[in-house]
Amino acid sequence: MHITTGVKFGVTSHVVRKERAQSAAQWVFRAMALAMIVPLFAIITYLVYRASPSLSWEFLVEVPRRGMRDGGIWPAFIGTLNLVVLSLAISAPIGIMAAIYLNEYARDNWFNRLINLAVINLAGVPSIVHALFGLGAFVYAAQLGYSLIAASLTLAIMTLPVIIASTREALASVPMAFREACWNTGATRWQTIRAVVLPNSISGILTGVILQVSRAAGETAPIMFTGAVFYKAVKQGDFFPYGLTDQVMALSMHLYTVATQVPNVKESIPYATAVVLMGSVLLVNASAITLRVYLRNKKKW
Amino acid sequence: MTEKTPIIDVKDLRIRYGAHEAVHGVSFSIVRNEIFSIIGPAQSGKTSILRCLNRTLDFVANVTVSGSVCIDNDDVLKARDVFGLRRKIGMVAPLPVGLPLSIYENVAFAPRCSGLNAKDELDALVEKCLKQAALWYEVKDRLNSLGTALSGGQQQRLTIARALSHQPDILCLDEFSIAIDPVTTMRIEDVLKELKHEITIILVTNLTQQARRLADHTMFLWKGGIVEIDRTEVMFSEMPARRETYEYVNGIFG
Repeated sequence: MHITTGVKFGVTSHVVRKERAQSAAQWVFRAMALAMIVPLFAIITYLVYRASPSLSWEFLVEVPRRGMRDGGIWPAFIGTLNLVVLSLAISAPIGIMAAIYLNEYARDNWFNRLINLAVINLAGVPSIVHALFGLGAFVYAAQLGYSLIAASLTLAIMTLPVIIASTREALASVPMAFREACWNTGATRWQTIRAVVLPNSISGILTGVILQVSRAAGETAPIMFTGAVFYKAVKQGDFFPYGLTDQVMALSMHLYTVATQVPNVKESIPYATAVVLMGSVLLVNASAITLRVYLRNKKKW
Repeated sequence: MTEKTPIIDVKDLRIRYGAHEAVHGVSFSIVRNEIFSIIGPAQSGKTSILRCLNRTLDFVANVTVSGSVCIDNDDVLKARDVFGLRRKIGMVAPLPVGLPLSIYENVAFAPRCSGLNAKDELDALVEKCLKQAALWYEVKDRLNSLGTALSGGQQQRLTIARALSHQPDILCLDEFSIAIDPVTTMRIEDVLKELKHEITIILVTNLTQQARRLADHTMFLWKGGIVEIDRTEVMFSEMPARRETYEYVNGIFG
């Protein structure tokens, strides 16, 4: 390293090298960040382009006709909606409450470490294994049959560990000092959780739950084994066409069916189905981000 | 009960974290309506003793406590109602903690937790506590703004107001002045001198001169044991019983 004497802030070779390395690093990282956007736009553009002949409001709200070679995807769309809402209605409360226990109450002993280990491992189980478990446990053992409820329960089991993990992270982001300050005044753990911990972690908790919507909507294997069917006759515009014990159509399953199982389908129909699936997921994600920003702005420290 | 009855009586208190013993059998008592200061370097067990007093040490894993810590002749280590116990003790942490609630709710939090919900009573209590903490005139027109938005010194006074809000018999201050400026420190010290007439104050401090200014009795802890405990004038005189005390309070301890 050579430092020119006399000039206090002069440019030395070391400074030049340092600046070069710094700008190189910045460009590499920026390029990687930009590379993330490219596939997303490529996928969306390609899908919309291929789907354009079929894309219309009627495609969304009509029922399939001529053996799914024509018409819309209303039964699959509403089926996915039913599955997602029902599965999260089951997994969100259980997951959030379990996470509150693990983060706020549980002491560090072998039993709670076991629960933690179970949560982590459950999150790593492939969806097809969840599907098989759902088939054995809900369809056969619990005798729910191939049904909306069996499929929703399977999806709930699948999303549960991730909801627990994200909720715990949100709870852990509330500084410990707040809890200690509350305990010092004689507040119980529950009073502390209700007054301080939950109001300040709710944005993170909700974001975690909402992001699971896209997962529940997208997974095919778990519902294919437990309650999704190729085709079910449904009245157009019916919002609750499925009973709890009925089999359902779903977007992901429908996409698989029209793409691979039905001969002579108009080429644009699978693409249009994919656009609807992706559009709904992006819409949900966008609303999660909006909610997060809104609640984040209300954050108080 | 006379003035000189001890409100706190600690006998042979031992605190161990796992295998490490942090406090080795200390015994002392604190008289009602005085300021009792605890001085000593880091790791001497000052904070452990405070946390033992209000049983927040329970939250630490692997901690074992033996001996007895009596408040009004009741052993806190055997207390069934720890929440009631904690309400008898106001605790102020080294760093100011404004809860992410409004200024009003910061102070009203503890009373609400113990079931007080009447608006007029809460209003009166909030005003009283904020006045006691010398914060009222600065915040009375913006009670609904956030407690966390106050400056550090104001937040520390808010913390004191919160510690007073459950009308404790004892106020513990753990190095309350490390994050605030000297002017605010002096204001809070004046507040403490006033408060002493109503409650007992335990002051843990690293500023020996602060102990000298405020305390009636001072205890010098070192490595989890008591070096000396006496009236503050004696501790800071030329002739304390132990040479270490003289050296520590005069800054030549090493």
